[in-house]
Amino acid sequence: MASEKRDKEEEEVKTDDGSPKIKPRPIVQLGIFLVAHSPVFSVVFSAAGVLALLILPLLAKNTYISENALMPGSARSMLSNRDVSDGSKLVKDIKNYWLNHEGQGVEVQKLIGKYMSDMGAEVYYQKFHPEGNQFHPLHFFSGPDSYTLLDNVSCASYGVNVAGIIRAPRGDGKESIVLVTPYDFINGGDYEALSLGITSTLFSLLARVTWLSKDIIWLVTDSRYGDYRPVAAWLTEYHSPSFKVSDLLKCGELNTADTFRRAGTVAAALVLKVDGRSERFEDTLSIYAEASNGQMPNLDLINVVNYLAVHRQGFYVKVEKVVSLLSSSWLKIIGEIFEAVGKLARTLNPDWNFGIPAADYLEGSATLASSLYSQALGIPTGPHGAFRDYQVDAITLKISPRFPPDSKTRQHDFFLRGARLLEGTIRSVNNLLEKFHQSFFLYLLTSPSKFISVGVYMIAFALLVAPLPMVAASLYIEGCKALTKSTDNPTENLKSWKWLDAAKQVFALHLLGFIVTLLPYFICQVPGQHSPRNRSIMWGTTSSSLLLITFAIIPGCSPFSSRHHGTNWAVLKSVTISAAFIGLCLMSIINFATAEIGALLLVPTCLMAQPIKPALRSRRIKSLLGAFCSMVLLTIGFPVMFFAISKGLFGEAVVGLSLGGEFWTWLESLWAWKSATYLYIGMVHLPCWLLCLCILFHPS
Amino acid sequence: MACLVRSWIPLLFLQSFLVAIAFGSNEGEEFSEELLLKPLPDRKVLAHFHFENRAPPSNSHGRNHHLFPKAISQLVQKFRVKEMELSFTQGRWNHEHWGGFDPLSSMNAKPVGVELWAVFDVPQSQVDISWKNLTHALSGLFCASINFLESSTSYAAPTWGFGTNSDKLRYGSLPREAVCTENLTPWLKLLPCRDKDGISALMNRPSVYRGFYHSQRLHLSTVESGQEGLGSGIVLEQTLTVVIQPETTSVETNMQPSWSLSSLFGRKVVGSCVLAKSSNVYLQLEGRLGHESKNVDTEIEAHKLWMNSDFDLSLKPDRVIRESSSLLFIFDIDKSSDSEPFDLGLTWKLPSKWSCEQAPLHASRFLMGSGNERGAIAILLKATESQEKLSGRNLTTDGRCTIKANIFQIFPWYIKVYYHTLQIFVDQQQKTDSEVLKKINVSPSTDKVSSGMLEMMLELPCEVKSAAISIEYDKGFLHIDEYPPDANQGFDIPSALISFPSHHASLDFQEELSKSPLLSSFKEKSLVRSYTEVLLVPLTTPDFSMPYNVITITCTIFALYFGSLLNVLRRRIGEEERFLKSQAGKKRGGLKQLLSRLTAKIRGRPIEAPSSESPAAESSFLSSKLIFKIILVAGAAAAWQYFSTDK
Repeated sequence: MASEKRDKEEEEVKTDDGSPKIKPRPIVQLGIFLVAHSPVFSVVFSAAGVLALLILPLLAKNTYISENALMPGSARSMLSNRDVSDGSKLVKDIKNYWLNHEGQGVEVQKLIGKYMSDMGAEVYYQKFHPEGNQFHPLHFFSGPDSYTLLDNVSCASYGVNVAGIIRAPRGDGKESIVLVTPYDFINGGDYEALSLGITSTLFSLLARVTWLSKDIIWLVTDSRYGDYRPVAAWLTEYHSPSFKVSDLLKCGELNTADTFRRAGTVAAALVLKVDGRSERFEDTLSIYAEASNGQMPNLDLINVVNYLAVHRQGFYVKVEKVVSLLSSSWLKIIGEIFEAVGKLARTLNPDWNFGIPAADYLEGSATLASSLYSQALGIPTGPHGAFRDYQVDAITLKISPRFPPDSKTRQHDFFLRGARLLEGTIRSVNNLLEKFHQSFFLYLLTSPSKFISVGVYMIAFALLVAPLPMVAASLYIEGCKALTKSTDNPTENLKSWKWLDAAKQVFALHLLGFIVTLLPYFICQVPGQHSPRNRSIMWGTTSSSLLLITFAIIPGCSPFSSRHHGTNWAVLKSVTISAAFIGLCLMSIINFATAEIGALLLVPTCLMAQPIKPALRSRRIKSLLGAFCSMVLLTIGFPVMFFAISKGLFGEAVVGLSLGGEFWTWLESLWAWKSATYLYIGMVHLPCWLLCLCILFHPS
Repeated sequence: MACLVRSWIPLLFLQSFLVAIAFGSNEGEEFSEELLLKPLPDRKVLAHFHFENRAPPSNSHGRNHHLFPKAISQLVQKFRVKEMELSFTQGRWNHEHWGGFDPLSSMNAKPVGVELWAVFDVPQSQVDISWKNLTHALSGLFCASINFLESSTSYAAPTWGFGTNSDKLRYGSLPREAVCTENLTPWLKLLPCRDKDGISALMNRPSVYRGFYHSQRLHLSTVESGQEGLGSGIVLEQTLTVVIQPETTSVETNMQPSWSLSSLFGRKVVGSCVLAKSSNVYLQLEGRLGHESKNVDTEIEAHKLWMNSDFDLSLKPDRVIRESSSLLFIFDIDKSSDSEPFDLGLTWKLPSKWSCEQAPLHASRFLMGSGNERGAIAILLKATESQEKLSGRNLTTDGRCTIKANIFQIFPWYIKVYYHTLQIFVDQQQKTDSEVLKKINVSPSTDKVSSGMLEMMLELPCEVKSAAISIEYDKGFLHIDEYPPDANQGFDIPSALISFPSHHASLDFQEELSKSPLLSSFKEKSLVRSYTEVLLVPLTTPDFSMPYNVITITCTIFALYFGSLLNVLRRRIGEEERFLKSQAGKKRGGLKQLLSRLTAKIRGRPIEAPSSESPAAESSFLSSKLIFKIILVAGAAAAWQYFSTDK
């Protein structure tokens, strides 16, 4: 915003170089006005940004089906009791198997495979390695990597997925819909078996319907190795198989060579899990949608499922929420204030009905916070995340039945309703001629039927980062003035290279941040087994020694260097703020939620940072308060600190040295999932935080 | 009564006229109708309608046709078509269950949508023009958008990969063409009896289109007479292949469903088409059924063939012919009438299982990669069970047993294929091109002008288990008005054709046959070919559904235009300058001073003294700096490349 204004100014000067000064344009005047009064505006804008974030639950809109072709619920369900009995039979057989056998081999897979082929599906088995993601710094943003073959493949541990394909009778086989049910083939699980029952019920129906236009793939993944990894392995094999010989094929008695089958471009995927018992009177359906780096599936997919679940099958639908926020009193007070304001507004004008009850507000903000958090973390919330890497819209449906898993009587009804929900969803997706593109991809959910689109939620972020360029400009002017005063030769000082020293320092620290970001990769290469705690200590010591080296090598970088070498703190802060602004804006493009949360932390820290020494010297209340605030903010802003605080918010208190281990594990998970948040922390947040620290201890 | 008589008289006239044509046609135009029914191993029934219409060679000028459709003969004469085939297909042929090594499947298993190929008898330079005209003519004739094949981006000229060696051959296919009764009606119009009488009366639209596979084909070829002055004769072959699932009430899953013509089609045959020379119905039973009964000497044993412990036929066949692996029952429907309609039924009594003979290699094709940037097309050839039986036939000169496979593939221009990335894996071992690739012919695509084509001949060892071919591509960008209506669905890559030049399918009848066109075409050796799936490539698609963008751009342009126009009209420059000069003497405010400072700083120049450096020195300094920068960037790029390719 401000750079634009500056450009304008520049233009203005160029046009009438040498000629008398003309009156600046209003927009330029406005810019100068903003820059001149930046402290006031920065407070106003930041407060407005936080307020806009708090107000978001009020601005949430009801979801609607954007793509007309979906037509959810318009067709009568064709599911019959015969299909349900097929599903029940499979569950019974699996349970019987568990009663008589110990979990070894691939018998359960074969049993499921036999059921699939009896229904008329093409069945195959896929072996995969549980070896997960390996961090490689240079492959960070590269897409899903092609199947890297490990030389020393051991047959000791491998998973076996089962997949069945129903070919659409009159379809052309260009597209397919994938149904995934994770199942632990070794330990079983009563609830997990129910998910197989639902899908098998549905599969039995789909095998004989004539309306299919897309092929249906039912994938039963080996959830022994987590939910995500088997799906990712299957998708890798589906999309980028290796034609080279693999040792894995020779493992076990099951020969899976050359049997992998495909069914065209995947149009959508549904992951079904049955998990735990519902606490409510109804069966509960939880929807998980967040994929890696805050990518979301098309909103229409969630809408269809939500519509069918609520209006047709009578499920209680929910999305994740931060439970601790539900009981927080401050949020409740805010909700009540908003409710009162809403009521007041309605009395003034009956058309202004933006007010929502405080309870709804509380619920909405808890969901919104969870939505923001999951997106910001950049780690997929379920196996559906693997699909998003291949541009496939996918969600995870987790159904919690209200009955215990061994209740036979309720099971029939449960299968019928679950399968009807999936049938309706598949039928809608099947109706689609084009891929999902009508509805939103960038949104935050405040409830299963309410969303905030990108156009609304980015206002909060824009308001938060708006003060940064203003403050940077005003600080720069201030710093230049101070420099001009301090030296005698005015010609030298008026050169525009005054920011260069500061920029050097900022650059050096960003470089340091980059190196620190890459360090874990090298620490992982260190031979020998190390606990996460030791690794974090290793990382911490290396990083701090690197920091010290940086301070030693580059003069003027260190906050402890003598006054003459040091740069003017105002200029340094100006450059820091500019760097933070650029970093935040870049991050907002990659992962908006990260940028939003990052801005909440970084913007106040950057704005408040000022040297502590003059404040202590002056001993004025105002400056002391400012110094105290900046110190508090800096403490919170330290990534490890923030991690601990957020852990505490979620109800898990971590203290002491174990914190380091926890933090390391958390970071490891971030880079293993290729989350851009990791890069953000290392390359934007950490350098800016260090720079703020430098400013705090600046010897001026 | 009078009414009845009045309606009878024209009918009688017509009848006698038709009979006169049918029997008094000394020109020799022949029409025959046949229907082949075949139970399939996966509890479905294949019905293959075959109509053949022959026009003998005659003087091409002023010729008069009695049976032969005039539209087709005009087409042949006008565009000098030597051979042509047009097929409309819905659904996929299941090579595993429905067979891939018999003449029926190699001729009638067609790719989804429309496929057209034609050989012309015109000079080389006119082939493309003839093709374009032909597509338009066919488009009108069959109510289909065959005219889209006119554009040079949608057809290709295969040289040898297609199986027919001719440089006047053009091939094109439209995978997205929806096939419906609209296309069937004009096709039926070419038959002398349409669908009013004879076997074609069975074609009840709902039952035909309810099938799992539906392919309507028109094949015509000209027969040179060899005599001076006479034109060429035309053979028009019209086939309709449908795979239908008979409705069954039994819950027994391993029992084959019983069916009859009326249960399959909802109609019965009441008499043959009067104009047809022969009208037969065949029932082919494959697999172990054929082997079971060896001797057909006596009447009782013959009777056993069609009424035994396994199955019952509702009608007595006129003849039974044995083939190497199947039985063929022949029924003449001439005898049927209104009172006694021909309604062939097959009732299974015992569960039976058999399998169809498959092509030596099963081909499947899929896309690799994801996202909107790069990708690869892979063709996977897998050995089938019948491969072992077939192998050993084709020994090369040095005694090695090999299977030859031709791959013919058209790439639309927006799939920019990198032919150098062709990789061939045989049994999971990467092979060099020279090891397995016997012949290859590539014609690269030109953007928006022509499509690319790839013809490959692979020579694989007989004991091959699997072979994979992958080739990388980039996705091109289309102009905004080149997108089809449903652009977000993605774009189709037409089916690849895999043919096995050293394998030929034919039915080997032990007895001499009557002149049945269908059976004689089965008896001829036909190239074994199979089509792969159609692929869907998602391309980058602009957001068409957003009128907002359009409104914004339009409004911006309007604002800029009117704003500048008003500025020009309203402002008085001289006046402003005079005003500024008067102002210049006055003291400037603090804010303005700040501004001038700021602007000076931003420009990087002091207000007082402009830069005095000579431009030459500056430029040399700049250039050395520039070179340094370039070297730095190049070094960084090289380092990046080195590290990213590592591992």
